[in-house]
Formats: sequence, C-alpha cells, structure tokens
Amino acid sequence: MGLAKRIIPCLDVTNGRVVKGINFVALRDAGDPVEIARRYDEQGADELTFLDITASSDNRDIILRIIEEVAAQVFIPLTVGGGVREVGDVRRLLNAGADKVSINTSAIQNPQLVADAAGHYGSQCIVVAIDAKRVSGVDLDTNRWEVFTHGGRRATGLDAVEWAMKMQSLGAGEILLTSMDRDGTHNGFDLGLTRAVSDALDIPVIASGGVGSLQHLVDGVIQGHAEAVLAASIFHYGEYSIRQAKEYMAQHGIEVRL
Amino acid sequence: MTDIAIVDYGMGNLRSVSKALEHVAPKATVVITSDPVVVRQASRVVFPGQGAMPNCMHEMDSRGLRDAVMHAAANKPFLGICLGLQMLFETSEEGNVKGLGILPGKVRRFPAAAAMHNADGQKLKVPHMGWNQVHQAIEHPLWHGINNDARFYFVHSYYVDADNLEPVAGYSFYPFQFTCAVARDNIFAVQFHPEKSHSAGLTLLGNFVQWEPSATN
Repeated sequence: MGLAKRIIPCLDVTNGRVVKGINFVALRDAGDPVEIARRYDEQGADELTFLDITASSDNRDIILRIIEEVAAQVFIPLTVGGGVREVGDVRRLLNAGADKVSINTSAIQNPQLVADAAGHYGSQCIVVAIDAKRVSGVDLDTNRWEVFTHGGRRATGLDAVEWAMKMQSLGAGEILLTSMDRDGTHNGFDLGLTRAVSDALDIPVIASGGVGSLQHLVDGVIQGHAEAVLAASIFHYGEYSIRQAKEYMAQHGIEVRL
Repeated sequence: MTDIAIVDYGMGNLRSVSKALEHVAPKATVVITSDPVVVRQASRVVFPGQGAMPNCMHEMDSRGLRDAVMHAAANKPFLGICLGLQMLFETSEEGNVKGLGILPGKVRRFPAAAAMHNADGQKLKVPHMGWNQVHQAIEHPLWHGINNDARFYFVHSYYVDADNLEPVAGYSFYPFQFTCAVARDNIFAVQFHPEKSHSAGLTLLGNFVQWEPSATN
C-alpha cells in the first residue's frame, strides 16, 4: 500500500458559472462552482481543478472570489488555471486560497514565467497545462503530438513530449495533459499521448480529455501511466459520483483513497 | 492575546492553514503573522512552510523570526507542517543548508523517479504528491480519533531521515519507509498537509488546538 491514484473533477468556470464544452466549444451550464465543489468534496474527490475560461479580462476577479469561498469550506487541494500571465497572477491566486496554479498559454509565450513562479513559490504549486493534438503516426512507433494554445485554435509547432520535458526542467511540479482530439468526446483518454508524456517525466502527469466511462479512468492509470485522472462531464451531470468512480478503480486493482 | 499564531515568513499560501484552523476552532483568534512579538505571545504556534528550504531559512532569518520560533518550539504547543517539519532538523540536502537543529537528523531528497518503482514495477514520480497512508508509530493526543493508516495529502521532494526513532510519531512508504510525523514534548510536526487532508486533517488540527502537552506527556 502507498500513494493513491487521484481523481480530480474539473470545473470550467466562466462568469461565475461552471460550464462544459465539447471540443472546446458549445458551452453548457452545469451550475454554481461553490455548490459543485462542496458536492465533490463530500463525495471524496482528491483535489479540485478550476479553469477560468472567461474570455474577457474584466471578469478575472470573479474567479478569485469563488476560490476564496471554496477554500474556506473545502479542505482538499485546489488547482486554479486560466489567464495566468505573470508571477503576480500566481500570487493573487495562491493568496485567494489556491494550492497550485496552472499555466498554459503563457508558458509557451514566456517559458521563463514557469521558472520564475517555481523559483519563487516552489515547484509544488506550479502545474503546466499542455493541450496536445495528434499530428501524425500510423502506428504506435511514429505517433507524435503537437502543443496547441488558445483553446486548441493555434498550433505552436512544439512536440508535446519535448515540451513537457522542458517544463519539468524549468521547475513545473506537475503536468496537466489534455488531448484536444478527445476532449468532450467521451471516447476515453488518448492513452498513447498520456503514456508517452508520463514515461518521459519524473514529475506526475494528470490525464485529461475524453472521459466517458469509469473504465476510461482505469485505462488512464493502467495503460496511460497517469498519476491522476481528471474528468468533468461524467461527474457534473450526475452520471457517476466520485465514490462510484473510486470503487470501480479499486475493483480493478488501483489504489485509491476511499 | 492571540490563541494561535501562524508563522509567516513569506513562503507560500497560509490562507488554507488559517481557514482550516478557524474551521476547527471557531472561537479562537487565529493570526497569520511575521511579527516575532506576536509569535512569542501566542499560546500556540503553527510553523508551516513551502518551497525550497534554503529560501525558507533565509526568509525566516531576514524577518528576525528565528528566536521566536525556537522559543515557541521549546515552550508551547507547536505544530510544524511540511517545510516546518524539515526545518526542525540539522541539515538538508536541499542547497546543503543548515536547519534549526532542534531534532537530530537530516533532510534527504527522494531518488529520481527512474530509480524508484513500486512492487508492480511502476515508476514512482517525484514530488511525492497525493494521498498516502500514515502509520502511527506511537500513541499521541494529536492522533486521537484518526484511524491508523488514514490517508493524508502530501506534496514534497525531500523527506526527513531522523537519527533515532525517539521522535518518530508516524511514517509512510514511498516506496521505502520514511518519517512523516515527529513528536517530542510540546512539538508535533508533520510532512503532510493536514489543512488539505479533509476530515483526517481537520481532526488532527482540532486535536492540536486542544492539546495540553504538559498534561499529556
């Protein structure tokens, strides 16, 4: 017995509401973030991730108030991402009650931000989020994934595995890895991507994008070698509870916190 | 007078610790402070810490907090969390820095993931991040009401290697056995984050705010 694999519900938040999109578009309202956070906490979630997908910077402060409110009543780790552009943004989120801050687009525009933030606040609170798309590969040996930004609209030319290794070397404490091909599809994680990145790194990898069944969570850990699995819609719409997901994983030989 | 002082030397988010203490002790005055006088006058002291140990030692000293922390560790209920555990020991491999030397032993780094595997042959990542089981090595008022082997939330790349078993109050495995809690007189210190460990963590914090070391030891 030892370290448990983690289940992390993800709350995409815009204008104070939790929403869920399909392939990063077509948003659907899923409820109040504080209420949802409390529900997942009661069900035994191991951490919570909030992604602020608010387009306008005018409404950035809404997420701070939500995190403050959640942090006062939910005593599990909270990760917050979205719109983090400078060390000051990291500080504001940590001060509001976030335990980890996730950096995505800004890491690509300014990799030094990851080094500065990790140097200042410690690697343990710096997560780098990577959105990747499969770009080639007819078989397992030639698979390749490219990093995308801006919700999957902009290609960067960066190889996802190499980029993840670079982020580790700059001080990232964890990688949140999302398959853009699978996100919102309910077809399961891109296991090749998850495994390629996880096996290349010393730091933990959270698999994300595509969960539609409990078996997908098991696959992410056993085949994808992820230390944690992230999902949104299967939990938001009451299809499964966190507890059910953990029991299913335990039945399949995965150590979880029950 | 301050009931509980959380020592703030500029390393990390102390809001979670503060909120969790307020949650378990709604009537207590909980303050986050970098004022040595407030720390000296508090009836209980929580000593947290995040980031790198050389920075923690430096920031603590630059705020003139060392004497107040040493005084608290010698005199009143004292709870170290994460780096606040590691800093109690003599030295750390992290930057080869000296700690406070209150407890005998060293702080060492987990080997790289490439060198660590679990029984199933799976690579063990560093930092050790997530919920691990805590084996209670001794009976202690702070373990009261917490199941042996309950899970707590960890996030760290360095661990305490105590020179003798005397202060070890709890241990975990990753994959080898390491000390995750120590206790001596009025000191209790843990590697994990009780403020992030749901009901087990809140129980531990609740035990701390009621702990009367002189009466129990």
